[in-house]
Amino acid sequence: MSDIPRADITMDLKGLACPMPVVKVSQQIKKMQVGQVLAAETTDPGAHADFPAWAKSTGNEILAVDTQDNVTTFYIKKLK
Amino acid sequence: MDINQAVQALQNEMASMRDERKNKLSMVVFSGDLDKLLAAFIIATGAAAMGLEVVMFFTFWATPALRDPSKKAKGKNIFGKMFGFMLPKGARKVTLSKMHMAGMGTAMLKSLMKKKNVASLEEMIRLAIELEVKIYICEMSMDLMGFKPEEMIDYPGRQFVGVAKFLEEAGDSKIQLFI
Repeated sequence: MSDIPRADITMDLKGLACPMPVVKVSQQIKKMQVGQVLAAETTDPGAHADFPAWAKSTGNEILAVDTQDNVTTFYIKKLK
Repeated sequence: MDINQAVQALQNEMASMRDERKNKLSMVVFSGDLDKLLAAFIIATGAAAMGLEVVMFFTFWATPALRDPSKKAKGKNIFGKMFGFMLPKGARKVTLSKMHMAGMGTAMLKSLMKKKNVASLEEMIRLAIELEVKIYICEMSMDLMGFKPEEMIDYPGRQFVGVAKFLEEAGDSKIQLFI
């Protein structure tokens, strides 16, 4: 994928299991400014369903999802 | 009825139909089994991450999971001592509802959880407290089983409450669960 957004902060969530990836991301996003982008690197297979659901409920946007080997990075833009 | 009256009546009707429930999850935690307690805390912390206000009401067999193993309470009667001895002393001591197998099953699950990087129940309780999940403890369960406040884990906003408090919280919650 060529259109990978630029991330302001990158979080290593590899190896963490449910519900930790969404919990950590929600804690991190609270500390960020509106408009900033968080790159969350995960290996939890549940994250593919969980991050979109989390983003929809909290009103944030997933700009891109990038999978390399078994690591999936979610680029999340803070909208509010 | 003229048109203004009709509009007013309609508006009143709509106001009474409007959903007053908040973005909130209220949960009765009744079970003292490790598996069910884990499920309760995964849902609670997940909900907090989703931006929900979360309330957990600990009652009956779930109550001893909130005991602090490093604390002792004095002045218990014989029944209190018996419950204190028979029931698990804190989250580390609770066991599986199935496949406990005299401790082997529970130990196996715990080692698997560690291997797969799944948070332990104690970690989940600490995380819930950090995420400002409200944890209420049923006053009657405490009294019935002879537990004293000084032997329970401590956290900001700890309250011993009755059923009315839970129902008040559940009444304006979008989601209610019993585990």
